[in-house]
Amino acid sequence: MADRKSYDGVAVCAPVTIPYRRFSTNSAHWWIGRALRALTRQAGLRPKDIDGLSVSSFTVGPDTAIGLTQHFGLAPRWLDHVPLGGASGVVALRRAARAVQAGDADFVACVAGDTNHVDSFRRTLSTFSRFAQDAVYPYASGGANASFALITKNYMNTYGARREDFAKICVAQRDNALGFPFALMKTRLTLDDYMSARPVCDPIHLYDCVMPCAGAEAFLVCREEAARSLGLAGVRVLSTIERHNAFADDPIQIRGGWALDVAEFWAMAGIGPDDVDLLETYDDYPVISMMQFEDLGFCQKGEGPDFVRSHTLTNGGSFPHNTCGGQLSVGQAGAAGGYLGLVEAIRQLTGQPLGGAVQDARIAVVSGFGMINFDRGLASGAAALARSA
Amino acid sequence: MSKPLTPPNRKNPLRKTPAPLSPQGIRSRTAHGLTAAAAEGRFALQVCADCGAIVYPPRDACPVCLSARLPYRDTADGGTLVAETTVRVSTDSYFREHLPWRVGTVKLDAGPVLVAHLHDDAREGARVRLALKLDKSGAPVVLALPAQETENMQDDPQLRELTCDPKFRRVLITDGRTAVGQSMAKAFSDAGAAIVFVGLADQWKPFPGMDALRAIERVEIVPLDVTDTESVTEQAQQNGGRIDIVVNTAEHIRPGGIVDRQGLTVARTEIDVRYLGLLRLAQAFGPAMRARGADGVNSATAFVNLLSVYALMNWPSYGAYAAVEAACLSAAQAMRAELRPGGVKVVNVFFGPLETEWFQAVPPPKVAPSRLASAVIGALRQGLEDAFVGEVAQDVRARLAVNPKALERELSG
Repeated sequence: MADRKSYDGVAVCAPVTIPYRRFSTNSAHWWIGRALRALTRQAGLRPKDIDGLSVSSFTVGPDTAIGLTQHFGLAPRWLDHVPLGGASGVVALRRAARAVQAGDADFVACVAGDTNHVDSFRRTLSTFSRFAQDAVYPYASGGANASFALITKNYMNTYGARREDFAKICVAQRDNALGFPFALMKTRLTLDDYMSARPVCDPIHLYDCVMPCAGAEAFLVCREEAARSLGLAGVRVLSTIERHNAFADDPIQIRGGWALDVAEFWAMAGIGPDDVDLLETYDDYPVISMMQFEDLGFCQKGEGPDFVRSHTLTNGGSFPHNTCGGQLSVGQAGAAGGYLGLVEAIRQLTGQPLGGAVQDARIAVVSGFGMINFDRGLASGAAALARSA
Repeated sequence: MSKPLTPPNRKNPLRKTPAPLSPQGIRSRTAHGLTAAAAEGRFALQVCADCGAIVYPPRDACPVCLSARLPYRDTADGGTLVAETTVRVSTDSYFREHLPWRVGTVKLDAGPVLVAHLHDDAREGARVRLALKLDKSGAPVVLALPAQETENMQDDPQLRELTCDPKFRRVLITDGRTAVGQSMAKAFSDAGAAIVFVGLADQWKPFPGMDALRAIERVEIVPLDVTDTESVTEQAQQNGGRIDIVVNTAEHIRPGGIVDRQGLTVARTEIDVRYLGLLRLAQAFGPAMRARGADGVNSATAFVNLLSVYALMNWPSYGAYAAVEAACLSAAQAMRAELRPGGVKVVNVFFGPLETEWFQAVPPPKVAPSRLASAVIGALRQGLEDAFVGEVAQDVRARLAVNPKALERELSG
């Protein structure tokens, strides 16, 4: 296999979050439009300067990115629709970076947004994929909770993780969220709260689950010189990977696609796990965060529970993780949930966090995961980002 | 070990009868290969004709070699329950009424991984065998059963939801005058039916087996003549609100074809007893059954048609009879669609020549009425839509699947 080229010369900037709401009567178009407007304002661009657009959304249907160009009056020369749920942010970034490097576009607006009407969650679940329709949804219709309950149960059986270990992740994230203004969950979570929460799909209990909501996230990808000339603080891309449907022969998911590319990921970045100041994992359920610790090389497979026990996972402590509280505290705004960690990492590395800051943060790793098509998440990706020198 | 089912309490007439709900029944066209297997109680998955890979969920290209040749084949049903969960929160209205509900991940020895409903005796880490069932929406689902039979296994609530077990249910057998009707009454009584209503026209007319029929436990003789609309309507008004299973045993079997039979008298009777009889029963009992599909342990659950296998392909020796049976089969297909919203199954039990007087001249193998009756009980316990009883019925079924035209010629020989 040929070595991949570096992602040098690319700047990621203008982090945008449109404050989340539990339910919204507005459309996904409205949320995405607001995010694009905030992005152009923050970057000092006119809408017509946007010549590349990447969109992710579950609820924008029947439209896709192409319909949105007319809706928003944009005429991009590079267009992408990334229907990858929790992997959307990292994948949008990777592809946009290549477009900018190649000169296919100067300013790529990457945006994810979803609305949440009453009942839109049930509709999304029941028609999520053909395999879900044929082989999952008719089985008690527990949605992602049921699928991840099976993955979590198997992980606990195999590696000895306890509910207390997952609690540690959730409680630490809530601590991180307390300073983040847009988090829907604003009160402290205790170990007792977590342990005594009502069961949803054993062993998944209430605080293992994200709250579906409406919201949007966006960022801008351009050349480093362009960012400088606009006066925008940006971050560099040291390396980034995506991988889909890896390890199809595992009878049940114990690892994601990261494990296949992790050596290349670190080699390309020129750093190791110890150099990372903060990690943003995709936390639709805490077991998936634990898998990311392992598969990205922060610890060995099966050592996730021990790793969690040996760190605080808080912004001010050891191994800051999901520094704005992650989806478990902020809420899951559909595909925007796949952007949340990336947008937060840009803020942390450019010294503009909205909540608690990670002191002297220079390097962040952001990881994405998504699309339970049948029994497991298919899409995975990761990016190592560095503060511009 | 499953908890034994307890007989349902008397229904409180002041309480609303729950409206029947269904799980989501939408499936891809390819997934209906599972429907075909489930309807007959087979466990079949797609097997790649080019590389032999066993494939699930249903696909239109082999994930190993990308072949498009993926026929369904009967497959070994053994596997291991890798992980289980108890779903306590569901977005689906049907399941919300049945929570908590266990589902699990099963690794089949033959290769693929399936998400399955779990019988209460299927345990995490243990061996299981998988069965395909039709759920209340009529769509196919996988159920993991314990590898070995367990006590009270048939009483498991999930299994019962996916089948039509007669235990504690109230059955109407439409004609007790025939040998088949009498065998059926005995079989349902033995299977634990709460009441076995047996219809008789002209009760004053004696018939062979009458005393034995009356002596069967929990049999209640009721007036019913399927050729008389008023009689059928009256019986439905009397008992229709508490009949959970209808088994139409009314028969009128006469040899003879179409061209060589003189006049229409016999044909009219055949049509009146069989086809119009079925319509009368369907119209009188169907609506109430459909409304009672979620009425607890003794919910309405099945309408059983006993059909000659020659409904599928005409046997000219009994050509006129076969044609009427074909009409009944067609009506049953319509009834299936109409009763499905209530979660009531239309069960077609196909048989070849019977061991009765009207097949006297036909050489063996023939089906004894008692065998037909036990096949009906088996089909209901398994939750089948189509059952084929005896060697002749199975032979016709198999030949039909391979070459219908060849079968047409063979039956005329």
